[in-house]
Amino acid sequence: MTPPRDVAVVAYARTDHQGPAEGLSEAETLLPVLHEVLDRAGLAPGEADFTCSGSSDYLAGRPFSFTLTLDAVGAWPPIAESHVEMDGAWALYEAWVKILTGRADTALVYAHGKPSAGDPRDVLTRTLDPYYLAPLWPEPASLAALQARALADAGHTAGPDPAADPLAGPPAVADGAAAVVLAAGDAARRMCGRPAWIRGADHRVEPHALGLRDLTDSPSTRLAAERAGAFRAPVDTAELHVPFAAQDVVLRRALRLDDTVTVNPSGAAAGPLMVAGLIRLGEAAARIHRGASDRALAHATSGPCLQHNLVAVLEGDA
Amino acid sequence: MLVRLDGADTALLHALDAPHAGAVRTGMRVRVRWADRREGAITDIACFEPYDGPVTHEAVPHDGSFPDPVTSLAAPARLEYTYTAGRAQTRYLDGLARREVLGERCPSCRKVYVPPRGACPTCGVATTEPAAPGPRGTVTTFCVVNIKAKGLDIDVPYVYAHIALDGADLALHARIGGIPYDQVRMGMRVEPVWTGDGRHPDHYRPTGEPDADYDTYRRLL
Repeated sequence: MTPPRDVAVVAYARTDHQGPAEGLSEAETLLPVLHEVLDRAGLAPGEADFTCSGSSDYLAGRPFSFTLTLDAVGAWPPIAESHVEMDGAWALYEAWVKILTGRADTALVYAHGKPSAGDPRDVLTRTLDPYYLAPLWPEPASLAALQARALADAGHTAGPDPAADPLAGPPAVADGAAAVVLAAGDAARRMCGRPAWIRGADHRVEPHALGLRDLTDSPSTRLAAERAGAFRAPVDTAELHVPFAAQDVVLRRALRLDDTVTVNPSGAAAGPLMVAGLIRLGEAAARIHRGASDRALAHATSGPCLQHNLVAVLEGDA
Repeated sequence: MLVRLDGADTALLHALDAPHAGAVRTGMRVRVRWADRREGAITDIACFEPYDGPVTHEAVPHDGSFPDPVTSLAAPARLEYTYTAGRAQTRYLDGLARREVLGERCPSCRKVYVPPRGACPTCGVATTEPAAPGPRGTVTTFCVVNIKAKGLDIDVPYVYAHIALDGADLALHARIGGIPYDQVRMGMRVEPVWTGDGRHPDHYRPTGEPDADYDTYRRLL
């Protein structure tokens, strides 16, 4: 399916610190990122037709935590605004759909996460099936280790993933924020010398029970990629969201990436919770803005063992 | 570990009691170790343990009806968080410790926000410039509270009010004391009353000044 309108990522910004955001509230972490992305797009705060954010109350430890960041976007007088309790990649998806419907021409999308407020190893168990999984408190590294073991047993990897070792101690916790601006048609061309046109995007989810899945494969990623049009032509770049290193091989196979594709040129494939996926989309777009890519695939994931996957295809004009 | 029970086509997640990782391999046989106390939850299985026996069970058809169905289960969870007040709120809280109510001014529209939250919601910019409104202020609007709050040692009825501190562009809210509840009025001039080691004003009381003119606070209602 060809999208009914041309919509592009026209600007992108992110925090670059690697550890906890000491002494800053989420709104304060976000403010410089919002200003950077709005400056790049030439928009004033509150000027975008639509605003959509992604974050999680469970990470922040308070209800409706996203409302605290609305001050930072200039939300008064009231703006058209929405929020997903997910990685910001899914906020981008919602904003893209909003623009496709013709209800908006521009959108500000942002994500923020401050997992250092709690212990993500405990917090993330609350996203699991409440009857059979959550009462057992299985931490993310333990679940990832099951997948790494399955991949090693199947011969897809040489051995277990050292990153997926629950006995290795607490993982490094990164806080952060990222933002992009989307725009349609001529607005996009005005805001950006080389817009990163979203040619397709889709997201699909695996069954909730890990025991129902083949952990060595990612049918949801493959289906999302197919529906996003990723296989219609080769991509030169792929930005993959890989929370645990062993998952890289699963994604490369599902997305049919060979050695001709530059994978994750931006560096680390993980990143702050709720932000890492939006960062993958933003980095892919930025590469197109710079002229370093003509057709890029961006992927975001959420949940244990690549449970929920989003794939978008971005292109620059020749 | 994921374990596929004999006769099942899918696996379930649970813990395996093993001395070390080297004692575990994919394909090894295990069996359930039941919890001492069982209540109809996944935790009724204490864990699995290694088992060197043959397959002894085959799946048999079940009609799906049970004599004592489980209708609910409790899965208590407690998560600990460290709250980061942030730059603006830290400044505000530090001020309260010195019995000062501090605000911040928007560099763009010049409004003074108290308490400050770090950004101006109209301009979407950081409010970095400190401001010290008050300490006196004006009641802009109020309500009479007739329901006693749990754990709050205040007799009803009492008055809760929006108070615009002098020099502030946003009303804060606080209890009004030192005056019968039915004599509180819009425009009444008030000042904070700090008591004991309270971390914020206990309440605001009348200053005795003439009431403020409506036009001076109408935009702060």
